[in-house]
Amino acid sequence: MGVFFWIFATVLVGSSLAVISARDPVHSVLFLILAFVNAAGLFILMGAEFLAMILVVVYVGAVAVLFLFIVMLLDVDFARMRQGFVQYLPQGILIAFCVAAELVYVVRSWAIAPNRAAAATPSGTLSNTAALGEVLYTRYFYFFQAAGMILLTAMIGAIVITLHHKAGVKRQDVGAQVARDPETAVELRKVPSRAGI
Amino acid sequence: MYDLIVFLPLFGFLIAGLFGRWIGARGAELVTSGLLAVSFVLSWIAFFQVAAGATAHVPVANWFTSGKLAVDWALRVDTLTAVMLIVVTTVSFLVHVYSIGYMADDPCKPRFFAYLSLFTFAMLMLVTADNLVQLFFGWEGVGLMSYLLIGFWYERPSANAAAIKAFVVNRVGDFGFSLGIFLTFTLTGSVTFDQVFAAAPGLAAKTFYFIGFDWDAATLVCLLLFMGAMGKSAQFLLHTWLPDAMEGPTPVSALIHAATMVTAGVFMVARLSPLFEMSSTALSFVLVIGSTTAFFAATIGLVQNDIKRVIAYSTCSQLGYMFTALGVGGYSLGIFHLFTHAFFKGLLFLCAGSVITGMHHEQDMRRMGGLRTEMPFTFWTMMIGSLALTGVGIPFTSIGFAGFVSKDPIIEAAFASHRFGATYAFWCVDIAAALTAFYTWRLMFMTFFGQRGDWAGSLPADAQEDHGHDEHGHGERAVPESPPVMLVPLAGLALGAAFAGMAFRWFFIGGGHEAFWRQSLFLGQENHILEEMEHIPAIVSASPSLFMLAGLVIAYYMYVVDKTVPKRLADAFPALYQFLLNKWYFDELYDVIFVRPAFAIGRLFWKGGDGAIIDGLGPDGVSARVLDVTRSAVRLQSGYVYQYAFAILLGVAALATWYLFGGGRL
Amino acid sequence: MDLSAYLTLAAIVFTIGVAGIILNHKNIIIILMSVELILLSVNINLVAFSTYSGDLTGQAFALFVLTVAAAESAIGLAVLVAYYRNRGSIAVEDINSLKG
Repeated sequence: MGVFFWIFATVLVGSSLAVISARDPVHSVLFLILAFVNAAGLFILMGAEFLAMILVVVYVGAVAVLFLFIVMLLDVDFARMRQGFVQYLPQGILIAFCVAAELVYVVRSWAIAPNRAAAATPSGTLSNTAALGEVLYTRYFYFFQAAGMILLTAMIGAIVITLHHKAGVKRQDVGAQVARDPETAVELRKVPSRAGI
Repeated sequence: MYDLIVFLPLFGFLIAGLFGRWIGARGAELVTSGLLAVSFVLSWIAFFQVAAGATAHVPVANWFTSGKLAVDWALRVDTLTAVMLIVVTTVSFLVHVYSIGYMADDPCKPRFFAYLSLFTFAMLMLVTADNLVQLFFGWEGVGLMSYLLIGFWYERPSANAAAIKAFVVNRVGDFGFSLGIFLTFTLTGSVTFDQVFAAAPGLAAKTFYFIGFDWDAATLVCLLLFMGAMGKSAQFLLHTWLPDAMEGPTPVSALIHAATMVTAGVFMVARLSPLFEMSSTALSFVLVIGSTTAFFAATIGLVQNDIKRVIAYSTCSQLGYMFTALGVGGYSLGIFHLFTHAFFKGLLFLCAGSVITGMHHEQDMRRMGGLRTEMPFTFWTMMIGSLALTGVGIPFTSIGFAGFVSKDPIIEAAFASHRFGATYAFWCVDIAAALTAFYTWRLMFMTFFGQRGDWAGSLPADAQEDHGHDEHGHGERAVPESPPVMLVPLAGLALGAAFAGMAFRWFFIGGGHEAFWRQSLFLGQENHILEEMEHIPAIVSASPSLFMLAGLVIAYYMYVVDKTVPKRLADAFPALYQFLLNKWYFDELYDVIFVRPAFAIGRLFWKGGDGAIIDGLGPDGVSARVLDVTRSAVRLQSGYVYQYAFAILLGVAALATWYLFGGGRL
Repeated sequence: MDLSAYLTLAAIVFTIGVAGIILNHKNIIIILMSVELILLSVNINLVAFSTYSGDLTGQAFALFVLTVAAAESAIGLAVLVAYYRNRGSIAVEDINSLKG
């Protein structure tokens, strides 16, 4: 059991480092996918298998693929983009080190709070998914709905930002179609017999 | 009646000043002159009543009472007051009438007449004051009116500067005067004259600690009060404003700077005779200052070329005579000379004004000459004035023009006095008699005798050329005699200049003087100057007349017989000539000692104190620092998103650090 | 493994994400990916706590974090596409119109 943790952890850290230092952005995205998959493995080790699968489906399947699309779609001059890497190396290392040190310090001196709110434990012996569902749809129902709203907003926002009508493309304007009235749609002309229009 | 005498000019001022636009210039002239005529008549009536024995104390209103200090408005009328009343109202009335003619072309007549009447009111308040504070009110009032009238033609920068100079120099004297009033109150507990005079003998042995020394109290009070007189009466050291005051119109010079305002100092010392008699030191100081002024002003008058300046320095010198008289204890002598001087000096100024008007506002004597035939009336009245000023009369008698009757006793008294400084004073005033005669006859000869253009050669080179190019040069224009409205006052004053001395001598300084003055002038136990001056050597009595004749002869020789002498003398002694011409360089000296340092200090406080420190630390400094801070803060907004991202990360790291180690609790 | 191991792991990944932002500041896509790494580390933390305290709150929270992360990356990339369309490149270092 312990060895899997070390395997997943090592690969996770290694692929994270590769994400930020890879020369080719496609490689960065692929390493990101690797990182996510290893994180999913870690989740399974911890017993959160639903979350692990969701991580793979959403993060890898949607987000990382989206990144890949963008990287390949946009004509980017990555050589130029890597210019500032070395220039800011010392500052970057310094700040990262500070953050890391603080986090380690906290981990070392952490202790569970004596009186916490009652834990959300599932009833009986359920699978992780069922247990999560039991908690999610009851206690955290409003957050669940809010999350839905967020997704809706994001979807609409993304469409609004990127949608643009090309000129010259024929499309329907349903509102205009429904709002036609006889005065503008039809033209009555008196045609004398044997004359035609 | 006394209320009317004092307040009618005030009504004249209010009517002409407030309603001048509606009643017009003629209306203003008539109202002010008319009201002043009533004052004038009433003053003469009052004079004869007071001479016969009436005195009065007329309370008007309570001004303020604060603790022990009670100051009321009240009119105190005794002989000294009565004499001053007639001097002031007579000269003022005649000057009002004269101004109707002199200021005929001026666009601002109502303002001028209003100012004249207000000045008269202030002077009358001064002479009828019952307490030192009311006297100071009048004192400041005449100072203010002097400023307004000298600067009457305010579009002229030189007039403005002269007005400010007069006011500021007077202020210096007033500062001493105020200190004197405060000290009087401290020593005697009151400022009302009756109470002060009653307490005066008690000051005999008192001392007062002031600026590090223990002064004799009476001496200190008198010296401080005399400082005010030095400023107001243009005595040596505080005299610099008087010649510049000639920027004002000539009637103003006649009224204020000859007859009334400048004599306020003399009046004040005479009024405070009970105090001054307590301090021999102070009287010696008065004596020395007065006689020095008499001599020094006369020397400057010898070489001046502006007709009004000569007469101004003459005034300064004659005021010195009055203070000399006061200094030896002869208060009645000083007041008598004040009385006659008002007539002949006022006359000389008004005649000069007539000459100036006739010469189309030319004041430089070097462009005049031969006016005797063109302005005969002015010539003869000015002659009478000159005879009075120089003191023409029969020695050993009391027959003569007004100046002779009043000036010679002063010289005799200076000789007879045993006070410290009397011998110096005697020589100063005796020689000044010669100088007076010289400059007076020089004025007469240059202006009225000879021919126009006799003295044009002594004009500065550029002035001579301008004169040549002028199409209607002054020499060719006709010089008309002045209109009757200007000549009648001249006649009135000429009568006074001729006969006032002889007519009033008995009352003022002759046998009837004790019955005349009664309590108004106080004479100490040892003050017998009026008797002592009868017993002096004959040559001393004759000396003023001898000096006067010497001056006349020398002036005649230099300005009629041989006209090249003045220039040759000036070229032979250039340093002395320049020294006298530039008024002993007093203006330059004061400029270096007082004016420039004052401006430097002011500039220091303005630029350094107010500008750099207060504004720099306050509004300007704060706004500049705000700009500095914003300029630095603006650099944070570079517009680059990645720098904003950095900022976020840095902020997170800092927040976490602070939370962990700084003890912050969310 | 014990909790502190997972927490330390999460800290390391977080640090790597932060370093990635600083080092790749010119490369907007790598920045976005570094943000994903940061969010991943947070998720690891949450799930670790959830497991070791027996409380499912952590996992529910992690689910929501996932949701928000997905939404955020979608919007961010949409903006990037719109920007590309307007400028022709994604060199964000050239834009400084917000300069004050």
